[in-house]
Amino acid sequence: MTASSPTSAAARNGLLDRLSTLLYTRRGLLLGVLLAPPLLWFGIIYLGSLLSLLANSFFRLDDFTGQVVREVGFGNFVEIFSPTNLDVALRSTLMAVAVTLSCALLGFPMAYYMARYARGTQKALLYVAVMLPLWSSYLVRLYAWKLLLAKEGAISWVLQALHLQWLLDAVLALPVVGGSSLSFSPLGTYLVFVYMWLPFMILPIMAAIERIPGSYLEASADLGASPAQTLRQVIIPLAMPGVAAGSIFTFSLTLGDYIIPQVIGNSTLYIGQVVYRQQGVAGNLPFAAAFSLVPIVIIGVYLWLAKRKGAFDAL
Amino acid sequence: MSSSVSLRDVSCVFRSAGKTVHAVAGVNLDVQAGEFFTLLGPSGSGKTTCLRMIGGFTLPTDGRILIDGQDVSQNPPYARPVNTVFQDYALFPHMSILDNVAYGLMVRGVDKASREKKAQQLLETVQLPEVGQRKPPQLSGGQRQRVALARALINEPQVLLLDEPLGALDLKLREQMQSELKSLQRKLGITFIFVTHDQHEALSMSDRIGVFNQGRLEQVASPADLYNRPSTRFVAEFVGAANVLQGADARRYAAAEALMIRPERVQVRRRADDTAPGPRVSGVVREVQFFGAFWRLQVQPLDGGAPLLADLPVQGSDHAPVVGETVGLDWVDGDLHIIEALHP
Repeated sequence: MTASSPTSAAARNGLLDRLSTLLYTRRGLLLGVLLAPPLLWFGIIYLGSLLSLLANSFFRLDDFTGQVVREVGFGNFVEIFSPTNLDVALRSTLMAVAVTLSCALLGFPMAYYMARYARGTQKALLYVAVMLPLWSSYLVRLYAWKLLLAKEGAISWVLQALHLQWLLDAVLALPVVGGSSLSFSPLGTYLVFVYMWLPFMILPIMAAIERIPGSYLEASADLGASPAQTLRQVIIPLAMPGVAAGSIFTFSLTLGDYIIPQVIGNSTLYIGQVVYRQQGVAGNLPFAAAFSLVPIVIIGVYLWLAKRKGAFDAL
Repeated sequence: MSSSVSLRDVSCVFRSAGKTVHAVAGVNLDVQAGEFFTLLGPSGSGKTTCLRMIGGFTLPTDGRILIDGQDVSQNPPYARPVNTVFQDYALFPHMSILDNVAYGLMVRGVDKASREKKAQQLLETVQLPEVGQRKPPQLSGGQRQRVALARALINEPQVLLLDEPLGALDLKLREQMQSELKSLQRKLGITFIFVTHDQHEALSMSDRIGVFNQGRLEQVASPADLYNRPSTRFVAEFVGAANVLQGADARRYAAAEALMIRPERVQVRRRADDTAPGPRVSGVVREVQFFGAFWRLQVQPLDGGAPLLADLPVQGSDHAPVVGETVGLDWVDGDLHIIEALHP
């Protein structure tokens, strides 16, 4: 080297400089360094445990010794189709569908307003309002709802004050969803589920609506579409990927939860509770594993249906 | 010819970040039926706001907008007999091209077979008969532009609004689309209101041009009148190159406070082959720019005053002008245009 510019040559000789030059010239290396940790995390810890769950579901529990017998069999899967377990799966799925639909219906207008109209401080405040419940403990909020929904609770008190107690009684007298009080009825479970998962629906829908350029809505109106037609033909189809993403959250969170139905409801079982009891109380890890595949299959079917319905066409 | 679109004392005031912006301030305008009318101006001059008010996307703060004699000032876009070609085309990405074009008929409840037939016809009109089943992202910019045009025409509007529709295209394609748009407009016979900041585009396509500056309409005229007889200094300088002289500089050449002469009207006489009587101005070349067909010289008059631009045709010049060369400048009196209204 004839060192025509000694200062710049010296500046390139530091270890960090040489490292950054190496990473700059060899992009593959940089990609590898950046992607290795998340790939290891997903590949080994996440997929690995999922696979071990799948493997476990083929084993069985010896009823006498209480030991897991590591022999491949399909007994657990047969048992899932027993009337009791099918009942649990069906109830959980219906609850998940009801919660998801309600979250979508409640969340869409809110998300639309936040995305299209709210600006500056107002938008920040709305963000906080949506996120705030997530900052406090899930259990605190759950027991707060227990108090709200109880027979002597705030909701009942307000309805009494408005002379609407008969309305609550009529609702609670309904078959299937009713019960002795809101906190001991599936209706109460449903209300709390909707409350808990609503932020997970609002945020993805808002992100999807924010990505729709204003000119699309103007073009639709320009071509003669009424606001209702624009909503149906342009906004909803383009917001669908957000609704789908949000519904994956609300759907899977409802299917997997085992605490809410335990605290609020009429002590009928949901999938999460069955899994929890089988692996905890009964120690039947293989059956718990098999049963925990149920929500995965249900969500798989749900996504497949959503795709066929064109929910992801706008992606 | 009847008046197709009229603006009466139209103003539009925005409030943003506590400041009041007069985007459009008291514009009066009559666009004739079947006319190709261009709103020309720099960005932020109010031309796009004006177009948006005609389309119904922005409501005027003050004044009235009439389309075909009917006051539509407060009508929403879907209740106006106009359609728009948007700057970003605004094609719906989740629909096929055919569905995009047929959209205007679909929302009016026209049955599928007839609306698709008409959409296909329009795709043929814009010379894209093959793309109906594709989605907008699969098309090139020029193709999307044509689809947007077809979509805007499906409801057979009386007036088509075009918001800088060629801005995103490269030069060659833009020139091609300019002539296609013009011939389409002639064929359809409907009113086109075209927004652009490109003065070449405006001059080459329009029947008449309205020049916007700071929310006001400075001048409405045919391209030739606008170029040859600009009414303000702003118009003179915005449309084409111009020597605008004011005050003492103007009085030096004519009995006027402000005048304009286009550089191509200034004849350059080079000493060597000069046989005519003495030129009006002698000066030194300060700058030379080559434009292919001519050189544009910036000449500093020897007796002081503002420098003048003059175009020297390449044809007939035996050698290129150089900086520092002394030249004579001359013109005929008819080419001096006196500007009546000075811009504030």
